[in-house]
Amino acid sequence: MKELTIDATVDNITRVTAFVDEQLEELGCPVKAQMQIDIAIDELFGNIAHYAYNPDVGPATVRVEVVKDPMAVIITFIDNGVQYDPLAKADPDTTLSAEEREIGGLGIYMVKKSMDEITYEYKNGQNILRIKKHI
Amino acid sequence: MNISKTVDGTSLSIALEGRLDTTTAPQLDEELKNSIGDCTTLVIDFKELEYLSSAGLRILLSTQKVMNKQGKMIIRNVNETIMEVFEMTGFVDILTIE
Repeated sequence: MKELTIDATVDNITRVTAFVDEQLEELGCPVKAQMQIDIAIDELFGNIAHYAYNPDVGPATVRVEVVKDPMAVIITFIDNGVQYDPLAKADPDTTLSAEEREIGGLGIYMVKKSMDEITYEYKNGQNILRIKKHI
Repeated sequence: MNISKTVDGTSLSIALEGRLDTTTAPQLDEELKNSIGDCTTLVIDFKELEYLSSAGLRILLSTQKVMNKQGKMIIRNVNETIMEVFEMTGFVDILTIE
């Protein structure tokens, strides 16, 4: 298990992605799964950066764990910001036209669709969001 | 992300290279806001684009809405990962993908 605690800012998304990618590459993760995980990091860490401590800046921890049989990577995002369950939001209607479309909720919807598991809990003042992807 | 631009009359081609995500989306947003004023045909080339997140979708949607009013927008050379994103979000029905 490896973890990184860093200020939750948009500028730090690149560092978090590099931190996770380094471990995925060591594991020989397929390129496609890695891209889907990178997109998930952009959505989830980006959400924390935008909303958790707004307008202030606070820390977030990103933890990477590997499980075997079948091989999977579990990434946990933890922040001490405002309580927010991204899974509580209804899925967007993906059949609407461009004019009727709203973009809200699309990011978390993409993560739900591309990961094998996603769970959220609020515990001891912390938002804990966990994704699991078989690789 | 790198953005390269070719203008031919009222046709504008924009080629993207790298990742279109929360960090880089403002760059593209700025470029399009400055460039599509008189444009009737906008071609966005995704050949060298690795992937995009919802921050990228947001820009594609707002640009598509503008181009619906003043001409057309075409997206070319979409890779498999990005095509899956377009399919899962229903963007395949909104965008013109060649």
